[in-house]
Amino acid sequence: MTVQELPGAGASHRPTPPPAWRPRTDAAPLLPDAEPYRVLGTEAADRLDPALMRRCYAELVRGRRYNAQATALTKQGRLAVYPSTVGQEACEIAAAMVLEEQDWLFPSYRDTLAAVARGLDPVQALTLLRGDWHTGYDPREHRIAPLSTPLATQLPHAVGLAHAARLRGDDVVALAMVGDGGTSEGDFHEALNFAAVWKAPVVFLVQNNGFAISVPLAKQTAAPTLAHKAVGYGMPGRLVDGNDIAAMHEVLSEAVRRARSGGGPTLIEAVTYRMEAHTNADDATRYRGDAEVEAWKAHDPIVLLERELTARGILDEAGITAARDEAEAMAASLRDGMNADPVVDPMDLFAHVYAEQTDRLREQAAMLRAELEAEDQA
Amino acid sequence: MAQALTRAMRDAMAEDPTVHVMGEDVGTLGGVFRITDGLAKEFGEDRCTDTPLAEAGILGTAVGMAMYGLRPVVEMQFDAFAYPAFEQLISHVAKMRNRTRGAMPLPITIRVPYGGGIGGVEHHCDSSEAYYVATPGLTVVTPATVEDAYGLLRASIASDDPVVFLEPKRLYWSKADWSPQAPAAVPGIGKALVRRTGTSATLITYGPSLPVCLEAAEAAREEGWDLEVVDLRSLVPFDEETVVASVRRTGRAVVVHEAGGFGGPGAEIAARVTERCFHHLEAPVLRVTGFDIPYPPPMLEKHHLPGVERILDAVARLQWEN
Ligand SMILES: Cc1ncc(C[n+]2csc(CCOP(=O)(O)OP(=O)(O)O)c2C)c(N)n1
Repeated sequence: MTVQELPGAGASHRPTPPPAWRPRTDAAPLLPDAEPYRVLGTEAADRLDPALMRRCYAELVRGRRYNAQATALTKQGRLAVYPSTVGQEACEIAAAMVLEEQDWLFPSYRDTLAAVARGLDPVQALTLLRGDWHTGYDPREHRIAPLSTPLATQLPHAVGLAHAARLRGDDVVALAMVGDGGTSEGDFHEALNFAAVWKAPVVFLVQNNGFAISVPLAKQTAAPTLAHKAVGYGMPGRLVDGNDIAAMHEVLSEAVRRARSGGGPTLIEAVTYRMEAHTNADDATRYRGDAEVEAWKAHDPIVLLERELTARGILDEAGITAARDEAEAMAASLRDGMNADPVVDPMDLFAHVYAEQTDRLREQAAMLRAELEAEDQA
Repeated sequence: MAQALTRAMRDAMAEDPTVHVMGEDVGTLGGVFRITDGLAKEFGEDRCTDTPLAEAGILGTAVGMAMYGLRPVVEMQFDAFAYPAFEQLISHVAKMRNRTRGAMPLPITIRVPYGGGIGGVEHHCDSSEAYYVATPGLTVVTPATVEDAYGLLRASIASDDPVVFLEPKRLYWSKADWSPQAPAAVPGIGKALVRRTGTSATLITYGPSLPVCLEAAEAAREEGWDLEVVDLRSLVPFDEETVVASVRRTGRAVVVHEAGGFGGPGAEIAARVTERCFHHLEAPVLRVTGFDIPYPPPMLEKHHLPGVERILDAVARLQWEN
């Protein structure tokens, strides 16, 4: 028998229609808005909770002062390096504010301020950048993971922790922070995928501050927005104005609520701007012009909130002064804390490598001890 | 040294249109250490490309580019940030020639700033050479002089095999009277050099530890020791002959490097020297290395890095009397 002789031969070939297929979820509700969500300066501001907003204001002012103080400490040589979050304070602070005590924060190396806003002692938060030890606090005690220097690598940790907590029946949400550049890393994608598949109670907060060191967002991604990336993993993506603390608070709270109630992860892109250089060691004039920076100044998170709150009579001169005084007190205590020379024990080099010291490390520790003793005698 | 490296890439790009530089911040910024400064401007962004921030993606796309006939020169921003790319490096880059029975060699140069001594914070100071030298299929080189920075990088880019090119960060700012020379003027990959001749013992070293060894050799003169210093320049392939000849002359040897001692390159070198020079040795081959610890915070790094004192102590121990 040849092909020509087969029954049906000669009839024009028609592909069998595929079995009925429908996407597992409707993509439409996952898609972010076309414009970043805003509250300040819109009708939504009518709903503002005055007490909450006054607290936000005080925190923002304190955060700005913290940034200035930390930058000053680099100039005095008290800090080796400081990645500033001037202009991004609303993201940092809202992230800390929406978490309950039992929740976890997974900060990137830039997010010292979020850790401080969560209640971490500012000096402890700065040991990594000062150089006396990598992580200056007990992450379990504060439920703040170590500041992560390798980009996006903390995101899968957040997913794993949140998943484990849920398996244990504990009510814990993890909020993980990453920069726009970090969204290109494989770990970001793997973390989102795991979180969505596991319906892990995680909130991913991307601070899109325009640059990854020198590389602008356009060279980082071809997606319409970073929030769109959520859709492919099956989680909602939200686009929000990262300089509008009321909007940040609302969107983050909603995502935390969703996570807590078993609704799974959310990806939030906060559109903001890095006002200062990448770190004090970077030269931003090589890759961006003053005009762009100036334009963002008008959209400063403190200016936006102050304008709204004073217009509505929620904040007055006395409130502004009080916030500034509180910020000055924090700065003074940070200065005092940082002006004391850190005490480092060289023998700590060997103390935390294994639970039980190896012979080799014991030998090396003895060698160092002898060297130190010889130094003392000299 | 930084300028010699830049010049090596520039000359290679000018000579060979298939040479492409890629990595994080290598374009407009010229790299965080400015090693690719000016290349994007001169050759365009297609040949000196700011990639998305993803090390596995950078190296993975470089594999495809090399398969299609290009010679990618990849910059990894820091030693400890090359690790996300290890899957591509070990599973694909190092093995492609072997897997394809020689049909598809991958001429990729992977530049990795490595080592400490610059007060960098966590994850910016690793000495990662042991991982690379343990991977068959990779060539691993590291310059210690300005001349070698140029010559070895030219040779690496010209190599038909993947080369891990380890750049000692703390020597980036080292200066020398130097004008770029033809690659042939500098011995190529796989050749060690005696940087200082001596008679009483050999210091075997490479990269960031070379200046420390030369300093120690000067200091040892006061103790009556006349030390020879060998700069390996290339860890894979390893120039056993130069090393063995030196140790047979001097009868004593110390291997010096920043990486941890256990499983570090020094272990291998000491074993080989012992095998080859057993009857010439007056003492066991000793090693002076970094401790076997994660790279410490900046305020402690001086205790970790092998310095002149530790080298002199080891030299003193070479007066071996059972
Ligand atoms: C895996 C990895 N690669 C490279 C680096 C070096 N590096 C530190 S910060 C940075 C840019 C990060 O940009 P982005 O994610 O946008 O965060 P931002 O600094 O803007 O907050 C780079 C490339 C790193 N820390 N980790």
